[in-house]
Amino acid sequence: MTTGVSMTQSDASPSVPEPFRAPEPALEAPKGAPPAMPRQANIPLTDAAALEAKPILHIQELNLFYGEKQALHDINMEVGEHTVMALIGPSGCGKSTLLRCINRMNDLVANVRIDGRVLVGQDDVYAPGVDVIALRKRMGMVFQKSNPFPKSIYENVAYGLRIQGIKDRAVVDEAVERSLIASGLWDEVKDRLQDSGLGLSGGQQQRLCIARAMAVQPEVLLMDEPCSALDPLATSRIEELIFDLKRNYTIVIVTHNMQQAARVSDFTAFFWMGKLVEVGLTEKLFTNPRVRMTEDYISGRFG
Amino acid sequence: MPSRFKDWWRRGNALIWFSGATLALSLLMIGGLVGYIAVKGLGFFWPSPLVQMQTGEGSILGEVTATEAAQGEDAAKVQFRVGNRDLFGQDYRWVPKAELKGESFPADAVLVERLEYGAFIGRIKSVEKEGQVLAQDAEALAAIRGLVPGAEQLRKKIKGIEKGEVGGLNAQIEDLRLEQRGLEAKAPGSPKLEALRQRAQALQERYDQAQVSLGALHAQAAALTVTLAAVDGQTKTIPLASIVRIVPANALGTFGKLSVYASRLWEFLWDDPRESNTEGGIFPAIFGTVMMVLLMSALVVPLGVMASLYMKEYAKQGWIIRILRIAVNNLAGVPSIVFGVFGLGFFVYTLGGSIDRLLFSDKLPAPTFGTGGILWASLTLALLTVPVVIVATEEALSSVPRSQREASLALGATRWQTIWNVVLPGALPGILTGLILAMARGAGEVAPLMLTGVVKLAPSMPLDGTFPFLHPERKFMHLGFHIYDVGFQSPNSEAAKPMVFMTALLLLLVVVILNLFALRLRSRLRARMGGGAF
Repeated sequence: MTTGVSMTQSDASPSVPEPFRAPEPALEAPKGAPPAMPRQANIPLTDAAALEAKPILHIQELNLFYGEKQALHDINMEVGEHTVMALIGPSGCGKSTLLRCINRMNDLVANVRIDGRVLVGQDDVYAPGVDVIALRKRMGMVFQKSNPFPKSIYENVAYGLRIQGIKDRAVVDEAVERSLIASGLWDEVKDRLQDSGLGLSGGQQQRLCIARAMAVQPEVLLMDEPCSALDPLATSRIEELIFDLKRNYTIVIVTHNMQQAARVSDFTAFFWMGKLVEVGLTEKLFTNPRVRMTEDYISGRFG
Repeated sequence: MPSRFKDWWRRGNALIWFSGATLALSLLMIGGLVGYIAVKGLGFFWPSPLVQMQTGEGSILGEVTATEAAQGEDAAKVQFRVGNRDLFGQDYRWVPKAELKGESFPADAVLVERLEYGAFIGRIKSVEKEGQVLAQDAEALAAIRGLVPGAEQLRKKIKGIEKGEVGGLNAQIEDLRLEQRGLEAKAPGSPKLEALRQRAQALQERYDQAQVSLGALHAQAAALTVTLAAVDGQTKTIPLASIVRIVPANALGTFGKLSVYASRLWEFLWDDPRESNTEGGIFPAIFGTVMMVLLMSALVVPLGVMASLYMKEYAKQGWIIRILRIAVNNLAGVPSIVFGVFGLGFFVYTLGGSIDRLLFSDKLPAPTFGTGGILWASLTLALLTVPVVIVATEEALSSVPRSQREASLALGATRWQTIWNVVLPGALPGILTGLILAMARGAGEVAPLMLTGVVKLAPSMPLDGTFPFLHPERKFMHLGFHIYDVGFQSPNSEAAKPMVFMTALLLLLVVVILNLFALRLRSRLRARMGGGAF
């Protein structure tokens, strides 16, 4: 694979032969009629780093149903190693659902049926008999609302190691310090590691959650609107953090904020009603989208 | 005017007033109840003046305990506590008010609290040692005061030997006897049998020796005697060692009365009961109550928490769980006596009987676990209070945010690790709320205990110095049952009335103290977690 990102529409769907024309009628189209989308959209890549990125996350022909209702339609995408992929789209478009498919958090929801494949490296996440626990250890997750445990700051960060049964004090100390430094929280909390994590401010709590996710050194960091509950200052700190983390982690971030997507991500995927409309280099997607609907969305005409 | 009223009504002020008044009424009722119990109970220990009066049948000396106004044909009358049950046949006497003349408060009148026959009210005539008079009349009281500490020490020593050495020897002899019997049945003529016999004999000798020294101590105690005179001239000579306390009520100043009060309160809290529970202390009952509640808590929390964990976290939320939840809630409404019957039938007879057959067969037919005991009583109460804990725990488990569970699972924790590390700590304050409710309910319950192990007078405590220290099979005393027993089963219920109030007050106090401990634990947990949902 030479491209960091590619988007392929399944060949098994011959119902969309013509190129995409206008978003308006498609928006009002009855349910079940998928909007027209380009068959093949291999974007010429300019970013040298992105070109070299080896894909680590593959999502192939993924469909997800909540009971009878289909929430994700035939998603195909890849995320390159040490890049940031932003998932954007209006509310309810399935971007969070997709994120939760990657570490199988949707297993916790009743009546969910998933088919298709999600590969992390070489391993199929949905292969029968896969160890979900071991899988989740390879992927850190940061949630929309900061959710530190009602434990001390130290124990919050150490949690992932503790449940893996790591008792060596030196190892845990080192991991806690490394994660807190990486999340930029170390200088603020190093003197009160034994205080409750709930005593921190909102932005600090979110960075604590990021540190907690990083402590176990996951391969992929999944972020579900990590800044939606934060003020602009805290948001900018997290964005800087994401920028730094990119060097060591592959990040998939769901965001409602298009400026944020533009600022932090290398690649952006635009979703609409459970379908992947367009995916490509962020710079390209925001300045020169290939699909009209993307342009309408990012220019604020709907969504 | 009407429009203003309508306005007032519309603003909902009426409801505010109404709810406030309801709260005030509730508080008044609770405060009134506790206050009434406290006044009736706590007043009991204050030494009342001893009144001497003339009646149609001669003089009367005692405490005025009640007066009754004239009612129709019944003339007004006064109740005296005259004591001297051994001489007069009764402690209390009603005298028509019209007959009473010449009230006086003689300074030499004393109330003598004795180990037997209740109080003696009268005067001290003399103190004797082996029949020789040591002091008489006015000097007698001072002489007794000098002798009382020695007599008390002697009494304690006798009691110590009886309970400690003699009791221990008794238990050892009994164990040996059982071993011997078992061996005789299994292997008659074995050489071990002879060794056992020799050991039994050695023990019996030690026992006899202890009895001899006890006899000597008893004789020593009996040497000092006090002769008391009742108001009608009858005299009574009793051993000094049988005197608990002498209260010259009329001669005491405020400080003296206070010290009598304190000493009586102390005795009440820390001593064993006497005279079929109507006198002395209630320490075994306090101890039994606290221990039973603690045992019950230790049993009910794991039971309730495990059950609700399964119902809330693991089980599929369908109609079965809904029915189960309704059943659990209904269980809380089952009359407690039904639990008592279940405890007797299942725990005592079935479980206890099986344990006896399996492990204590050499003691049969005398039951060990096959009879009521503190373990069975606690288990029965744990069953009775488990719905409270289940409901509170389920409530607490739902209060743990989903986001925290997800955070834990996303970090690769298993379901059990998530429950153990995140859900349970978060739910702990709520679980403790359930425990507080369960303790309050369990501590006040009497009916099931009467069937599963509570007794009027327990010869030994369920926790003591003899191996294995904790004796879950032993019967125990309980404050709630004590109230019932002293108030309604005692031959001398008039004398016991203040004891009932005092015991009720103490039961309340025990519940409050246990709850305060749990509350403190809960608030500390909350502080550690930086403010929780509960």
